[in-house]
Amino acid sequence: MENTSVSGPAAGLRARRDRAADTVDFPVRPGQRRARRRHVRNALLFISPWILGFLIFTAWPILYSGYLSLTDYDVLTDPSFIGFDNYEALAADPKVAMALQNTFIFAAMSVPTNIVLSLGLAVLLQRTIRARGFFRTAFYLPNMTPPVAVGVLLLLLFNGHNGLVNDVLEFFGIPGPAWTTDPTWVKPGLVLMSLWTLGASVIILLAALNNVPRDLLDAARVDGAGPVRRFVSVTLPMISSTLFFLVIVNTIAGMQSFTEAYTAYFGAGNDTYSNDAALFYVIYLFRQAFEFLNMGFASAMAWLLFLIIMVITAVQMVVGRRMVFYQGEDGG
Amino acid sequence: MKTFFGSDRHTVVAPSHRRRLLAPAVVAVVALGMSGCATGSQPDEPAEGPSFETDAEMQGELTIMGFNPDADEIARTRTDVAIEAVEGAEVNVVEGELDVQQFLSSIASGEAPDLIYANRNQLGTFASRNAILPLDTCLEAEGVEVGDFREPAIEQATFNDSLYGLPEFNQVQIVMANDDLLKQEGLTTGDVDGSDWEAVAAANEKLSRSENGGLTVIGFDSKLPEFLPLWAKANGADLISEDGRTAQLDDPKVIEALEFAVGIYEAQGGFGDVKAFRDSADFFGAGNQFASNTLGAMPMEQWYVNILNDVSPEAPMAFTTFKDKEGEPLSYATGSAWAIPSGGSNPAAACRFLAAMTKTDTWMQAAEARASAREEEGKPFTGLFTGNREADEEIRSTYVETSEALTGPWAEAVDASYTANESSFSQPATPADAEFEQAWLDGVNRVLTGEQTPQDSMAAAQEEAQAALDKAWAEWDDSEAGSEG
Repeated sequence: MENTSVSGPAAGLRARRDRAADTVDFPVRPGQRRARRRHVRNALLFISPWILGFLIFTAWPILYSGYLSLTDYDVLTDPSFIGFDNYEALAADPKVAMALQNTFIFAAMSVPTNIVLSLGLAVLLQRTIRARGFFRTAFYLPNMTPPVAVGVLLLLLFNGHNGLVNDVLEFFGIPGPAWTTDPTWVKPGLVLMSLWTLGASVIILLAALNNVPRDLLDAARVDGAGPVRRFVSVTLPMISSTLFFLVIVNTIAGMQSFTEAYTAYFGAGNDTYSNDAALFYVIYLFRQAFEFLNMGFASAMAWLLFLIIMVITAVQMVVGRRMVFYQGEDGG
Repeated sequence: MKTFFGSDRHTVVAPSHRRRLLAPAVVAVVALGMSGCATGSQPDEPAEGPSFETDAEMQGELTIMGFNPDADEIARTRTDVAIEAVEGAEVNVVEGELDVQQFLSSIASGEAPDLIYANRNQLGTFASRNAILPLDTCLEAEGVEVGDFREPAIEQATFNDSLYGLPEFNQVQIVMANDDLLKQEGLTTGDVDGSDWEAVAAANEKLSRSENGGLTVIGFDSKLPEFLPLWAKANGADLISEDGRTAQLDDPKVIEALEFAVGIYEAQGGFGDVKAFRDSADFFGAGNQFASNTLGAMPMEQWYVNILNDVSPEAPMAFTTFKDKEGEPLSYATGSAWAIPSGGSNPAAACRFLAAMTKTDTWMQAAEARASAREEEGKPFTGLFTGNREADEEIRSTYVETSEALTGPWAEAVDASYTANESSFSQPATPADAEFEQAWLDGVNRVLTGEQTPQDSMAAAQEEAQAALDKAWAEWDDSEAGSEG
């Protein structure tokens, strides 16, 4: 390998990577080689429990579910190979399309709402000097609530007759909708309920805000920038990588949303009433797998979701490259 | 928001590892495959089946799934009797309602329990996949008379002419009403018993009350979606053919029944309003809808009589049987059953245990325990609906009719319940039980939420249900043909 001269302020990471690669080309004495091999062997031994766990509990199921997606399998009898029939059935099943649409809409509503509100709360929290620790705990505390309990809570808070949300709306003279039965309001209700756990995003954003270099903000102030301009031109770019991270993980979580909606609209205690508006993709997948015993079809659904999330994430990555600022890449 | 795959947000990867974000996605999405990674050695063809002998010695371990032996004195007493019957075997119970996921996993991993306690509407699916054994030889060896059990319960546990589950309990519906509200409007239970739909609709309008645009009294609750089979049968239609092969969800009589039952809600502002008001009630508490005078009448399973009597004995109740349009009592039977998984290691003990649990003598001991407990509390004993006809009759004559506390409306409730128990029907077992049920429930729910008209929704439900039935029956027929060939 030839040595490559690296220069330029935005090539820090590449330079480090190449410098590391360059070391390979230095002549290595036999003793050093043996020592390196021993280190590698020891390292592999130390991480072998994880590797074994990964192979058995993750890699194998991934591959196996790919195989199952090509079979007719009901768990109780052996799978029989049927080629791509399950994928054709996916395309023909209107509920798959409906569940995907529901999931996209939910993710499209919940991700921006979550991030905007989290950012707002993090900014407020950063400015709060007194009792900051208390508020930080208070915001994070709802994350400790079991999701099944959140699903039940949803039905109580959003009850159209005497739920707290409609009581508050009524106080302001606004007639509250039938959140839990009207298909138009079911997803907004679930989105609002998803905010119950935005404390984690708040904590992450608060850490990012605290890491924004004070000297940059001071310089902007000296240059005459007001609070809004400083936030837009300094703070936001400096925390853009964190925002980008949150967009991606929240989108993945939104696409896999299950427990709260399942508990509220499909689970025990509400097993006869269901609402198509809350039929998220993973709920339909679960039903196909464990209620209807169509494990082959459900595996095909899982792979389709995997591909969809891959594509969405890839698009986000491409867009992110243009909009996200990484301090490390700027030589920082 | 929590995902099905169990990962909380924000805990997947560190921000600096953005290029590895796809990895967790891969892991999370396809981790589902884990649950299906082990395909057991379940036979595709019907098993020969173990032999059951009347004088078989009990030994080994007996694992039971889906049953709670400590639920109440009924369960406790019968479990004690059954454990004694399998003396020599060690009984282990995986408590709680049957978790299908857990059951399937245990079968797939070759560690099936020896006995399961399941809903009767699950048996067709299990039986068609040879996951449970036919009970014919077991019951013969243990001297169990199938004729002693209620016919609708037996039909529901029968698949391909073989009995796969021994029924236990028979839930039936009666009409429960607030007598004060009825009287205020000059109505009787005859106006809300379902025999005259126009009378029910008129009573609903009279009983229903609103204030400031909000419902304050539900006049009549037709209990959709779950009671569509009841309303359809009352109108002379079944949701599925007798042989379980043909869905009949788009039958005009089914649609007419659905339109009527939905119309009851629409007359009160729509299902959303009624459900929200219903959900806000203290269903199991002293402030229940009848005690708080916020519900006129509804059809409901007979077990709710015990709740009402427990928590609000002074509630102004009136009871009668639900009736079809001919004025005949009618109820839709559901319940549980004991079944023996085909991969179990101790079928002999399982057989004896299920036989002991459902014997008339065992039920009588349980009834005695319940009657004594009720007497001590000064409360009436309202009977047991065991699924065993002989046991039902003996319990009624021995303990119910002699219960001194059983007076007034509670005696009416018991009479109505026993009559309903004699007039019940059920749906046949099919290899696509869950999909069929989900199809008609979804069909009704789409109408209730205003997404589709009854005709369109039930047409879609029909298509969905029939496709599931066709596929499942075709697989069963193929496996049958294979085993014969």
